[in-house]
Amino acid sequence: MKVRYFAWVRERVGHAEEDIDVPADVESVADLIGWLSKRDEGYAAAFAEPTVIRAAIDQEHVEHDAALGNGREIAFFPPMTGG
Amino acid sequence: MKAWNPNIRVQRDAFDLNEETRRLVEGRGDIGATVAFTGWCRDEDERLAALELEHYPGMADAEIARIANEAAERWPLQGLTIIHRTGRIAPGEPIVLVLTASAHRQAAFEAASFLMDYLKTRAPFWKKEHAADGTEGDWVAAKETDDSAAGRWR
Repeated sequence: MKVRYFAWVRERVGHAEEDIDVPADVESVADLIGWLSKRDEGYAAAFAEPTVIRAAIDQEHVEHDAALGNGREIAFFPPMTGG
Repeated sequence: MKAWNPNIRVQRDAFDLNEETRRLVEGRGDIGATVAFTGWCRDEDERLAALELEHYPGMADAEIARIANEAAERWPLQGLTIIHRTGRIAPGEPIVLVLTASAHRQAAFEAASFLMDYLKTRAPFWKKEHAADGTEGDWVAAKETDDSAAGRWR
């Protein structure tokens, strides 16, 4: 699964995207956030406050309880400030 | 079933409102109203040298299209143009344009307001400040008022 990061989530993680093999027990967006946040302190800082993190699977907004399913791409980003 | 397609563009270049309006209404006798909203970059009491817009390529266009289609379903629109810029934008320059066209003014006014409220909360763009004194800027924080503004359309 491709994972993409934007804005200060990208800055804290340290890169814009990566490909990961999702462990079998990681089923929801929330599970993935928990799994990623343990990787190093950059990820921990990025996901320190999960409630602030927004997510999109295959370029469509999802809530944290959404299943990853066979999504090809998931993105994590702060609340949007366009317009 | 609408017989027109929204003109949605995510681009670095500035845009010209008169040109975009001409492009929307030229040669058409069924448009009685157009409403244009332009969002501009401010200098925040001269604190900012620029804003830098980051976006999610692909999702930005797709999400704006979804928002545009919802507006077209909710209001009898005759045409729609949405342009959102990316990259570095200086104070005094435009950031976003929402241009709606309809037979009568109410649809054009309401759809433009709806579109801006949804763009602010759902379109994947993020603004980073560049301070006038050259220091590293912060990411602009989303505002509760934007969420509540979008909430009134539900």
